[in-house]
Amino acid sequence: MIPRIYIPGDSGALALGAEKVAKAIASELAERGIEAKIVRNGSRGAYFLEPMVEVATANGRVAYGPVKPSDVKSLFDCGFLTGGHHKRWLGAPDKIPFLARQTRLTFARCGINDPLSLDAYKSLGGLNGLRNAVAMAPADIVKQVTESGLRGRGGAGFPTGIKWKTVLDTTADKKYIVCNADEGDSATFADRMIMEGDPFVLIEGMAIAGIATGATKGFVYIRSEYPHAVTMMNKAVEVARKAGVLGASVLGSPNAFDMEIRVGAGAYVCGEETALLNSLEGKRGVVRAKPPLPAIQGLFGKPTVINNVISLASVPVIMDKGAAFYKDFGMGRSRGTIPIQIAGNVKHAGLFEAAFGMTLGEIVDDIGGGTATGRPVKAVQVGGPLGAYFPRALFDTPFDYEAFAAKDGLIGHAGITVFDDTADMLKQARFAMEFCAIESCGKCTPCRIGSTRGVETIDKLAAGIEPEKNLALVTDLCNTMKFGSLCALGGFTPYPVMSSITHFPDDFKPAPVRVAAE
Amino acid sequence: MTMQPASTEIASRTAAIIQEMRGLEGPLLPILHGIQEEFGHVPQDALPVIAEALNISKAEVHGVVTFYHDYRSHPAGRHVLKVCQAEACQSMGSDAVAAKLKQLLGIGFHETTSDGSVTLEPVYCLGLCACSPSAMLDGEVIGRLDDEKIEEIVAEVRS
Repeated sequence: MIPRIYIPGDSGALALGAEKVAKAIASELAERGIEAKIVRNGSRGAYFLEPMVEVATANGRVAYGPVKPSDVKSLFDCGFLTGGHHKRWLGAPDKIPFLARQTRLTFARCGINDPLSLDAYKSLGGLNGLRNAVAMAPADIVKQVTESGLRGRGGAGFPTGIKWKTVLDTTADKKYIVCNADEGDSATFADRMIMEGDPFVLIEGMAIAGIATGATKGFVYIRSEYPHAVTMMNKAVEVARKAGVLGASVLGSPNAFDMEIRVGAGAYVCGEETALLNSLEGKRGVVRAKPPLPAIQGLFGKPTVINNVISLASVPVIMDKGAAFYKDFGMGRSRGTIPIQIAGNVKHAGLFEAAFGMTLGEIVDDIGGGTATGRPVKAVQVGGPLGAYFPRALFDTPFDYEAFAAKDGLIGHAGITVFDDTADMLKQARFAMEFCAIESCGKCTPCRIGSTRGVETIDKLAAGIEPEKNLALVTDLCNTMKFGSLCALGGFTPYPVMSSITHFPDDFKPAPVRVAAE
Repeated sequence: MTMQPASTEIASRTAAIIQEMRGLEGPLLPILHGIQEEFGHVPQDALPVIAEALNISKAEVHGVVTFYHDYRSHPAGRHVLKVCQAEACQSMGSDAVAAKLKQLLGIGFHETTSDGSVTLEPVYCLGLCACSPSAMLDGEVIGRLDDEKIEEIVAEVRS
């Protein structure tokens, strides 16, 4: 048997030098005259161990990481092709504590094989969900998704099945499935990982959504900052088309479904669903007022399911193993699993898929291992640039949509950024306003003007000008933005601002020589 | 400096791109991406051609082009360096990374060095938040930026 070596092609691994490692391994193989197959897999998500190289041995996979190009010679000397011991030896990948503790449903296959091998996908249960779906009535598929308790993983947490039902019940000559892959929130990379590491699961989920609602065309709107994901999705769609997973007859059934990959143009607000629809139509990415709901009048005025990547990628396992199986995980009204992305200043950064219900403290301290700098954790921002900053005092909050809302926070797309005690929360609050000003689509006044006034007022606070008055002004402004904005950009920018003020008041107190933020 | 193509040439190359994309549903963004890839920016002379072909006003095309951060009105430098300035990278010192790059290159954000070698831009998240601070040089991703990597980048864009 020719040895197989797995080297991730995921952009996170590439950013850490995976390409150089792959080249070093290839040249070492050539030099030693060893025949081996190099497979470029996705990432399993343990980025603190990337580039993580795996070899297939008689006793299963053995992982090594983080591998540097300079390690390659000694890896061969230690017999890594048969799992030999080396300082980078990690053992069986699924026994690595960070991975072993996870519950991988959506990411079950991510990072294991060549993302473009449909055979590998099928060998690990891929297409089972779609096969079940083509044999079912659309209403039954929708019912199964509804019963699973799956809620929108993009951040809003709206029940996916209910959205689908609205589209199914609306008659039209054409309907669309739109996948929101405009993953612009800092600390989130789950969408990118699945598109680069297991693209077929998203394609399968979209095809199921199409069959369930009577939509025949799908679009994936991927942000331009993700060129690797765009390439991978385009290739995967091509493979799926050739294999009859997409096309006039999905898996030989009478259902037609095809899809197209579209690329954004650097506007954060296009992650808002109605702005995204405008952008797909070739317009400015300006937010639409709702109603009408996209489910009734969406893309080109037609009924449209618009779901996040992870929502759609979670559908295959639900259709494969059943609603009850999925629903069995989680807590309260947050059912199933959520890919938590642990990022920023943290020792064990990466993607951790788990059932809802772990506490924030468990995630940051146990799983994340504390800060990368070794300093105490000061704050964690949960849910991206529109999410609240939580202090240690709130680390007992369970990861659950309602529990976070009750503490004036949100789980959003489940990204967590860890900050150590050098963080200046006034600066973070200012950045939230500044970011909103840069990215505002300009349609509504609270967001467009409020964000700029917010930056100015926080600058006054930093300069120690009438602190009490200006603090009251920021609070009042946040209230206006929260309740007066058309979408989550202006509406949620107050979360990072107000949570900083509430939980870290010392950072807002006038200091005699506080250096004004840039 | 690259030679600017004549307006008739821009028009004909634009028309060819439109021809290729016009069958798409909602073709404007793909057309603009195609034009930017072709010319390195979206030339003013391309706008009336698009407007005419898609039967929309020049103002509408202008509105779309100027809405999106990606579309350039002028060509960028030979290299484009995007440095992430979003929260996860902030927590790992992206401010200092940006300051160092600005100092070494002698330019600020949204500026191009006088020799046309590099354009420096902020970017708000590359999805590399588990290996912060990060950057993208001509589409290649770089994580855990440190002084050594910053110097390598600067050497590369200057060569």
